[in-house]
Formats: sequence, structure tokens, C-alpha cells
Amino acid sequence: MTVPTGQPTGQPMGQPMGQPTGQPTGQPTGQPTVLRTPLPTVLPTVLPTALRVLRQVRHDHRTIAVLVGLPCVVLGLVAWMFSGTDVLDRFGPVLLGLFPVIVMFLVTSVATLRERQSGTLERLMAGPARRGDVVVGYALAFALVGSAQAVVLTAFTVLVCRMDVTGDLGGVVLVAVLDAVLGTALGLAASAVARTEFQAVQMMPLVLFPQLVTAGLFLPRDQMPAVLEAVSRAMPLTYGIDALQDLAAGASLGDVTGAVGAVVAFIVGALVVGTLTLRRRTP
Amino acid sequence: MRARGLRIVRGGRRGVVVVDGLDLEVLAAQVVGLLGPSGGGKTSLLRAIVGVQQDVSGTLEVLGLPAGDPRLRRRIGYMTQSPSVYADLTVRENLRYFARVVGLGADVREDRVSRVLHDVDLHRLSGRAVGGLSGGERARTSLAIALLGQPDLLVLDEPTVGLDPVLRRDLWALFHGLAANGASLLVSSHVMDEAERCDRLLLLHGGRVLADSTPAAMLAATGTATAEAAFLALVEGGAR
Repeated sequence: MTVPTGQPTGQPMGQPMGQPTGQPTGQPTGQPTVLRTPLPTVLPTVLPTALRVLRQVRHDHRTIAVLVGLPCVVLGLVAWMFSGTDVLDRFGPVLLGLFPVIVMFLVTSVATLRERQSGTLERLMAGPARRGDVVVGYALAFALVGSAQAVVLTAFTVLVCRMDVTGDLGGVVLVAVLDAVLGTALGLAASAVARTEFQAVQMMPLVLFPQLVTAGLFLPRDQMPAVLEAVSRAMPLTYGIDALQDLAAGASLGDVTGAVGAVVAFIVGALVVGTLTLRRRTP
Repeated sequence: MRARGLRIVRGGRRGVVVVDGLDLEVLAAQVVGLLGPSGGGKTSLLRAIVGVQQDVSGTLEVLGLPAGDPRLRRRIGYMTQSPSVYADLTVRENLRYFARVVGLGADVREDRVSRVLHDVDLHRLSGRAVGGLSGGERARTSLAIALLGQPDLLVLDEPTVGLDPVLRRDLWALFHGLAANGASLLVSSHVMDEAERCDRLLLLHGGRVLADSTPAAMLAATGTATAEAAFLALVEGGAR
């Protein structure tokens, strides 16, 4: 298709100018029309947004190195420190799920805050993009990044550190991946509250630490005071860690479907909250 | 575009009234300059027009629809004051993404991206990361994105700040070319000499329209020789 030169009106420069915009209703005849993508899909901007976020991550080599390399280093240290004991076999699977949730929460809340501060979110909100498109696009991109992190970390822990999982290893990978998506979804929901990068970083201890305390890492949940045990039931991370603890103790994926379902439900819920708290109009 | 008794509060519950009791009527297919000192309510008015400003009361109609109507979102191109672009992507990657967001089909997308890159004279830099560009180049990337969807109304918040005289002249020629083809442009600036390049002028000061005329009429009415002198005469006259 050739690029037409618009009507040369008021053009002292001879520089090409924008195509005619036409009247609101139709395009002038003889001029090319801009075809709208015939995509009556539910969320038309989801994939472009996800690809754009992934492209941004790809341009940032250090972040990739930290995202994938750092958890492996930490787990390697744990394995080294407790070599000759069964600590890695007992707690390794839980750590595999913890890293993705914490790291992806941080990455997501800072990334969305950057989108807000750079003005690109305002531009998207002034345009035809739907709010859910942006949220789900982000979730998709970071879910993929988190999944890569979870898979690499699991492979490293099993193959290099020789972690021996009694239960279903495929189940461990699946729950670790879901935990990564959960971290992303919670980060998206939490980023609505944060106004500055400083606040965004504070959201991590605020949202995740109470969950870690009540998730049964330090004390089995059935030995907790009744109130705390009830609180733990309302926390998404509880279910991710429950599933991983059961898998480490020899359960199969079929045994933990309830917990896995709960994690998925929390992911959906957090995405809905993230969409609803994203405002088109801001003060 | 039409406004009646427009009132805008900026900054939420404890915010400030930046525009109060503003009346306005702007015809299509013109380059309208929105001028005035910073803090005069220019950006808030533009944000209200594109539908991203909270706490707007009164009547505001854009292209025959209430401001913020979902049907307007494809018909307005908006360039924010600070360049809203992804610094870690290249110029072309930025444009490709927003081309998909505004719904350009795969068959026309690349042509349209190349076209706007030429329009803003960035085609030679299209492969560079935006973060490594100068302020003026970033601003032009942001402008190119606003042009992508061939909008009926272009809302440009200080599009020529930090640009050299040659580029500024070329961009104003581009604006007039778009208006000649039926688009309406609302261009804000705090640089007074740009006033002379507009078809119509709105002088905003303290949240009110201080003057609404053509550049020539404004000079005649104030008996001044330059837009800057006219502006000073009006502001100081209005402050009294």
C-alpha cells in the first residue's frame, strides 16, 4: 500500500503531513481508510499489552538475571548449608513456591506504578483500551516470567542441589507457577493503593508478611490460636504453602486439588480487584 | 466543543478549584491555542476534555458527545504534558504497541507507523530506545502516538516545548495540514509567540477564559504589537 500525501494545504515545508482525518462519520472517498481490526474479541488489547511488557523485560538484562539467577543462588546456599540432612527435601518445595510469589509481587507493583507515573497509563485510559485489558495483559506477561522463574528454580533445585521430592514433582512445579501468578495478581491489586515507588515497596511486607506468619511455616496451622487459624483461611498464600507442604510429604496432585482451586480463585479475585480499582479518571 | 459553567477540582477531596465557571465554544477544523501561565488550568481542562479528570462538574461536550463518553476514546488523540512513552522500548516498538491499542488492522499498521514517524521527523531514530533520546525527541515520539489513530480531535498539551525553531515551524505546519483535512486541534502552550500560529486563541488565567479571539483581533483590541505584550496587558487588566 502506498502512503498518500494529504492535500497540500497550508504546507510551506513540503514535508509530508498526516493523512486526512475525515469527518466523524466517514472517510473521504479516494483516501485510504484505516481499517479497524475486525476483532470483536472479549479483550482486544490483552495480547499486545502482554507482548509489550515482555519486550520491556527483555530489554532489561539485569532484571532477567536477578529474576532467574538470584532464587537459584539462595536455594543453592540453603542446600549447601544443610547438606547431609533432609532439610532441603522437607522445606525445599515450600521455598520453590515462596520465591515466585514474593519476587513477582514486587516486580508487578513497581512495574505498574511506573506505568502510572510515566503517563502511559493515563494515555491508555484516554484511549479505547479497556481497564481489564491492561490488568490481564500485565498478569499474562508476568505470569509467563514467573513461570519461567519457577521452572528454572525447580530444575536447579532438583537436578543440581539433588532435592528429593517424595510427592508429585509435576505438582510442585504447577503450584510454584500458580504462586508466581498469585504474586502478580496480588501485586496488581495492591498497586492501586500505592502512589509512590516508596509506598509500592512497602506494600510487599504489608501484604505478604502477615500471610507468611499465618501460613503455617513457623507453626502448623492446627496448633495456632483459633483466631489466627481462621485468619489464615482467608489468606491466599496459605493454600499455596499447604499444597507444597503436602506435596513435599508425599501427596499426589490429586490430593491437593482443593488448595490449588483456592489459589486459582484468589488469582481471579485479585485480578477483578485490580481491574475495579484502576480508575479511568484520576484526581 | 462546548463548555457551560465548567468547574474542575484538581487533587481529590482536599484539592483546589483550578477551573471555575468556564464557558467555551470551539468550532471544528481549527487550530485552537490554549494559552496562559502555568497553573492557569490548561492541563486540567485538557484532561477533562479527554475524560481522565475526576471532579468535573458543569456541561462539557466534545464532538457532540459528553466528555468521557466511551465512543470518544477512538476519536481523540491525546498527548500528555510529559512524554508518555515507554523509555525501555524503541520508538518503533512504542508506536507499534499503541497502533494496536487504537485498533489499527495488521494491514495498515506498519504504513501508519512509518507515516507518523515521518510526520514528526523521527524515522531516522525509529530503532533507538526512547530512554536514550533527547527531551524533544521523546516529546515527538509522544506526539506521533497521538497522531496514530487519525483522530477527529487532537488534544496536545505543550507539544512544542523544548523543540528548536525549525522543528516547531514544521510541526505547526503539520497541525494546520491536519486541520485543513477536517481535524480539530487544541494545543496548549505557555510560550506566547506560538499564539500567532493559531487560528483561534483562548487565554486561560486563574481558571477563567480571559480572552477568546483570533491572534490579530487580540493584538488590535489590546493595541499591542506582540502576543506577549497583549497577554501581559490582558492578564494585568484582568487581575485588577
